[in-house]
Amino acid sequence: MELKPETLEKIDRLVPRYPVKRSAALPLCHLVQEDLGYLSDEAIEWIAERLELEPINIAEIVTFYPMLRREPTGEYHVRVCRTLPCALGGAYQTCRRLEEALNVKVGHTSEDGKVTLEFVECHADCGKAPVVMVGETEYTEVGLEAADSMAEKIKNGTL
Amino acid sequence: MEEQRLIFKHIDAPGYTHDIDCYLKHGGYEQLKKAVTMKPEDICAEVTASGVRGRGGAGFPAGVKWKFLDRKSGKPIYLICNADESEPGTFKDRQIIHKDPHQLIEGMLCSAFAIQAQLAFIYIRGEFFEGYRILEEAIEEARAKNLLGDNILGSGYSCDIIVHRGAGAYICGEETGLIESLEGNRANPRIKPPYFPAALGLYQCPTIVNNVETLCDVKHIIEMGGEAFSKIGTPGNTGTRIWCVSGHVQKPGYYEFPCAALTLGELIHDVCGGLQPGRKLKAVIPGGSSSKILRADERFKGKLKDGTEFDWGIEDIPMDFDSLAAVGSMSGSGGVIIMDDSTDMVEALANINYFYAHESCGQCTPCREGVPWMRKVTARMCAGEAREEDADLLNDIADQIAGRTICAFGEAAAWPVQSFIAKFKDEFVEKAKAQASRRKEGKPAATETTLI
Repeated sequence: MELKPETLEKIDRLVPRYPVKRSAALPLCHLVQEDLGYLSDEAIEWIAERLELEPINIAEIVTFYPMLRREPTGEYHVRVCRTLPCALGGAYQTCRRLEEALNVKVGHTSEDGKVTLEFVECHADCGKAPVVMVGETEYTEVGLEAADSMAEKIKNGTL
Repeated sequence: MEEQRLIFKHIDAPGYTHDIDCYLKHGGYEQLKKAVTMKPEDICAEVTASGVRGRGGAGFPAGVKWKFLDRKSGKPIYLICNADESEPGTFKDRQIIHKDPHQLIEGMLCSAFAIQAQLAFIYIRGEFFEGYRILEEAIEEARAKNLLGDNILGSGYSCDIIVHRGAGAYICGEETGLIESLEGNRANPRIKPPYFPAALGLYQCPTIVNNVETLCDVKHIIEMGGEAFSKIGTPGNTGTRIWCVSGHVQKPGYYEFPCAALTLGELIHDVCGGLQPGRKLKAVIPGGSSSKILRADERFKGKLKDGTEFDWGIEDIPMDFDSLAAVGSMSGSGGVIIMDDSTDMVEALANINYFYAHESCGQCTPCREGVPWMRKVTARMCAGEAREEDADLLNDIADQIAGRTICAFGEAAAWPVQSFIAKFKDEFVEKAKAQASRRKEGKPAATETTLI
């Protein structure tokens, strides 16, 4: 496992800011995941050692927080909010349209590894439902037409 | 109706940007300059006099919360800003973080000085990728101008702020769960007593946890004084509130008004442009998805705290803490979810149950077992296997969760079920009957769903 020098630099700056080292566990999970795409056994062991903890201490948080992943996502990670305000705005229909257009079932990664489509819970932008995140970018008011054009851009790699 | 903006004064104003120069140009950090020359206890007294109640959901008076702080323990004191904004229907803190981050930082530094904390945290939800970057940048801007860090403005007072990212767990909005998460653990809430954060909080030290909007209020309390702040709104319901309106209205969005300045009907029709043409109001969830649902054709009768009798239709309810509590719900986090007559209430509850089942931390048995059970029942009802007795079963499960868990999540998950059944039981029974008759006719029992 090799982390980028800038990730290591961020980690070295972050850890001493906390009064107790263990507090840096979640931030380190984020940084390592952002670098490597997911948290492997090796990554969990590395974070534990860096913070003088046992691997289980990291594994138990990785398995608790929905944003931390044990497997890589597709090239595009599409998260559709399905909570009530987004659902009232048509989020389930948006998701069905994305499933069809991208040929992937929600909760899965497409066979070519291009896209992972997931349902997520409320992203706190309920006034602009339906909300869809692709990677770290938020898209709002994603109705059926917007879903079509989003899928098109994902397929030709321009999103 | 015209908004009266205090916290959102500059938000979305043309030309207003989130950098420190713009903030300073608009009078920014003047209150911090004033605060560090005041006695910390005097700031606490102003906050108490303001009557400001927590904007995160529970509505507990912030000044009283601060009074509980154990100042004599000799241990460090911490301030935590709860920026986990995760109650479905709520999207106000997002605007402050993205569009006016220095207002939050100034409010936090004033508050940290008042409680004499030398280290503060902003616990921000993990999905706010951009908000996290904006806050980090804002903190470094403030540090460069000596508004944060060592010896702030030469006052001898030092305070740093760490932005700490969550990772998608709703329970981190519960203050003791948040503290566990900040310590590097699973966010399993702690039992109170003994773990009141003001005495035994972060690292077992005295800790104050306040919502983003509440901390911004502190800045304005210092500016205008607690008494003047207390004159906004009505006694017991002071200051402004940012109502986040979502669902079936023409103009969903965030709108700031003094507490009790408008009714629910005015909010829906005059502010949010009413419902879609041809639609009728069916129900409102007034304070985030865990607050109890109100039915559009109900009459609400009773007595307010001060003894005044009321007899309201849904559109007459004043938007404030006490009125919404008096009609059996709450103003919670300010997330108002509007549902018109196209809404299937069984599906709406199935959607809410899915959320709470996903978010239960799993620590307490009634919640860990009961909430997914409620999800299964409502999912089954939507899948064509509804039974007439399901409404009673759901209510029974909810009754066995509420009040039997370490934290208020048990209530948050039980209240929607209890209130949907209390108000819309007929629809739950009707669903079972309709499915049975379709089955008899040889048709598929389930119909297409839109909300689950």
